[in-house]
Formats: sequence, C-alpha cells, structure tokens
Amino acid sequence: MAATTAAIAGIGQTEFAKVIERPEVTLACEAAAAALADAGLAPADVDAMVRFDLETTQDIELARNLGVENLRFFADTPHGGGGGCATLGIAAAAVETGRADVVLCWRSRKRGSGRRPWATNDGAIAGEKQYWVPFGLARPVDQVAMMARRYMHEYGLTEVQLGHVACTIRAHAQRNPAATMTKDMDVATYLASRFVSEPLRVPDCCLESDGAVAVVVTSLERARDLPQAPVVLVSTAMGSGPQTVGMANYFGPSITTSPAAACATSLWERTDRRPADVDCAQLYDAFTPLVVQSLEEYGFCERGEGGVWAEAGELAWPSGRLPVNTSGGGLSEAYLHGFNLISEGVRQVRGTSTSQVPGASTVLVTSGNGVPTSAVLLGSDR
Amino acid sequence: MSETGGVPPLVPEPDQVSAPFWDACRRHELVVQTCTACGRARYHPRPMCPHCGSMEHTWEPASGDAVLYSWVVAHRPVLPALADRVPLPIVLVELPEGVRMVGNLAGDAGELVIGMPMRVAWVDVTGTCALPAWRPAG
Ligand SMILES: [Zn+2]
Repeated sequence: MAATTAAIAGIGQTEFAKVIERPEVTLACEAAAAALADAGLAPADVDAMVRFDLETTQDIELARNLGVENLRFFADTPHGGGGGCATLGIAAAAVETGRADVVLCWRSRKRGSGRRPWATNDGAIAGEKQYWVPFGLARPVDQVAMMARRYMHEYGLTEVQLGHVACTIRAHAQRNPAATMTKDMDVATYLASRFVSEPLRVPDCCLESDGAVAVVVTSLERARDLPQAPVVLVSTAMGSGPQTVGMANYFGPSITTSPAAACATSLWERTDRRPADVDCAQLYDAFTPLVVQSLEEYGFCERGEGGVWAEAGELAWPSGRLPVNTSGGGLSEAYLHGFNLISEGVRQVRGTSTSQVPGASTVLVTSGNGVPTSAVLLGSDR
Repeated sequence: MSETGGVPPLVPEPDQVSAPFWDACRRHELVVQTCTACGRARYHPRPMCPHCGSMEHTWEPASGDAVLYSWVVAHRPVLPALADRVPLPIVLVELPEGVRMVGNLAGDAGELVIGMPMRVAWVDVTGTCALPAWRPAG
C-alpha cells in the first residue's frame, strides 16, 4: 500500500443526448467546472490533468478555459475506450507519489452528432488494420462479433443470454432521468430487432451520444476535508494481454480471452478485497458480449457462466447477485467511452444512484476490453 | 475490378514489412512469414519473431487449407465501399501452418459451421491487388 491513498473527490457531467449543439470544448469545460464545484475545489487547486488521447480538447486548452495556473503533471491514455479507468490509475499514481495534488480527468465527446470513427476507413488501409479492414471487418461491431461467434461456440453463450444483458441494463436506464434510451425492451423485442453484424443486433450495441463527464482525484487525506464523502481508489490496474490487436485478438493465442483477464490479475493483486466483496459493477458495455467476458474475467463467475448469470437475473437491480450498469451504461444511458460508468460507480459508493445498492461499499468499474484495458475498484472511506 | 458506384474499393496499403505477403497474394500465392531461427510461422507480418526474437525470416508457401474459426455477417450501415456487398460474410480461418487470417467468403457458401474445412480462393480487387477468400472444402 502506498503511503498516500488517492480518492475521488468530485464528479461532474453535462446532460446526455443524441445531439448537443455546443462544441466538445464547451462540454469539457462544463463537466470540469461541475466536477470541481462538486469537490468544493477551485480551478486554482488543479495541478494535473490526465486526458483521453482521442479527446479533441487539449489539456492546456481546458486549463486555459478554467484558468488553471500550472499543470505540474500531465499525461494521455491510449487505446480508446480501454483508457477510461486508466486516467484514474495514472491520476492515483501521480497523487500517491506526490507529483500531483488535484488531478482532473475527463471525457467530452460528440459521437451522437459527429462522425463515426470507423467511417473514416476508405481506399488503401495502412498499419495493422490492413489485415482485417480490406475484407470488410471495418466497424467495432464486426470485430467484436467475430469474437462473440467464437465465444458462443466455445462456451455456449446464446443470443437469448445476450438479450438479457441488453434488457437488464435497459431496465436500469428507465430509473435514471439522465439516461437517453429508456424505451421498453424485453427479450422478444430484442430477438426481433435487426442484425448489425451477425450474431450481434442493434440493441447489442452502445448508443451514439453527445456529452461529457469529469472526475477530480486527490489524496484521501485532502478529500476528507472536502464536502463529499471520499470515494477511495482501492485498486487501479491496466492490462494488454499477449498479441493484442484492436478490437479482438484474431491472431493471438485466444480470441475469446480479452485484455481484461490480464487487467483483472493486476487489479486483484493490489487489494485484499475479492470479487465476492463487490456490491455492484459498472462494466464496459460498448457491446453486450464484452459484459459477459468481464463477468468471467474479473472473477465473478466461471468461464461460460456470464451469459447464464444474465439470463438468471443476477445482473439486475435490486435482486441480482451483482447488479451491473445501474445507470444504464453505454447501452442505454449514454456512450462516452465508459466515463459515465465511472461517475455511476462514484454515485453507488456515495449512496446516490437511481438504482442504489443498499450500503454499497465496493464497486468495480471497467473500461473497454476489446482493446488494452483498465479498471478501478472504488470503495467507501473506512 | 469491383468498384462500388465510383467509391474506390478497400485495399491493403502494403508497407516494407507486409509487401512480400501482398505481392504474393497478387500472384494468387498464399505465403506465411516464417522465422529462420526457430521455424515458427507468424501472422500478421512483423519484423521480429515473438517466439525467439530473431529478425530473420522467409516467406513459405502455405498449403491453402484451413478450418473455419469464426465468422460474421455484416449488415448496414457499412462503409460506402461495402454498400452493395451487404449482407457481407467475413471469416476468420485457422491454417495448419499455425496462424489465423481474416478473409472473405468465396462464392455462395451455404451454411457455415465452425471447424469446417476451407480452401483458399482469390478475389482480384483491382489491377494491383488480390485478396485471399475462402470456400468450404469437400
Ligand atoms: Zn523465431
């Protein structure tokens, strides 16, 4: 255990919507200001930023807007959706080693109104993508579907089980006024929806959203003097696994083992808490099969049981063994590369979720596991 | 030439490492990058052997056999270059040489089953690019 422990002192967000007219930099400023206000801190207190490398807003651009005096620590996280929780891991490392005192992490994105990143593929395809995009395996959904088909073959995962993942998370969104997709959906509706990339359907895919979320990390000691109850960064971890390419391990030893398996090993090595201690989980859900993989790879159940858990209602609030994505997640609240999973994890520990697990004191939040990934274990203070 | 309404087709952009592989494809030859030091095959192409660290390699002819490892069928919305090819099956095959490759399906394959034997075929995409495709064998 490091001499200093890091904690989340504040969270902030904009509204979430399919289309927000304001620019990404404006949304970043709004979320950052809200997170600082929530933490009871001023821009002058910020001395570090950790930025998602897909972010269009530079750290110094956000700092200029907020009026931050000096960043004595700054870093970017790579790997798209895999890097969300990594911002907190880097922030925690900076705080624990005394290189920073107040770290701002954020994600601002206009994916609902903006372009689809995969749609920029055209003509000659360079780099590692030359080995799959020219064949038409061009969208994240195609790439995850390739893993999912094999997963079904190896572990008996079914389309009905994936439907239960989507429907359970949708039901959680219906309790959350901030969620943007709250239409009723049952498994029959799910099975009647159209395929995007067989075996995956439209409701297996996350939303296309506009919005921003920001998080303030500081030392637990300082957080205890601030207005909100501290949310302790009990453990943080990253993992790439072997022979990784995005977004499925087509060429490596196992296409069905995601980088989360390696990340989970690091995560649990750094804490005495075990999967059975986790009260609820906010699992990266760009696509439903990723949730099933995470349940297994983070150690909540055995290989092949993730889908069984979903079908048995174990992911559902309030009755399931492990309520998952209690705000509606990327599938039904908003898709901001998983940053809204972090803020929901914080709300659960604070006791303010719209699908609150009573007395939640240990919450897992994970990031995109089709790519090099990261995770944080959040806990209550004392 | 399989152009889609004036949109250029998707093709690999060979680099110094991958050019021998794509050059062989253009001649309808499937080759596998093979380590000179330890003899192990690797895909995708890269400069260093991940098994032994050697930078020396040759391009060995593959048998052309494979088994179906996984597949998807892409539906809209897709890239403009793929618009008139949906629903588009895309396969992942495993070669007896010990590597897996993404490829297209050759012809109308009927029902696909993981583990079924496949045989390489070729699609001439442009005058300078051919891509491997796979058809169920036997
Ligand atoms: Zn070797």
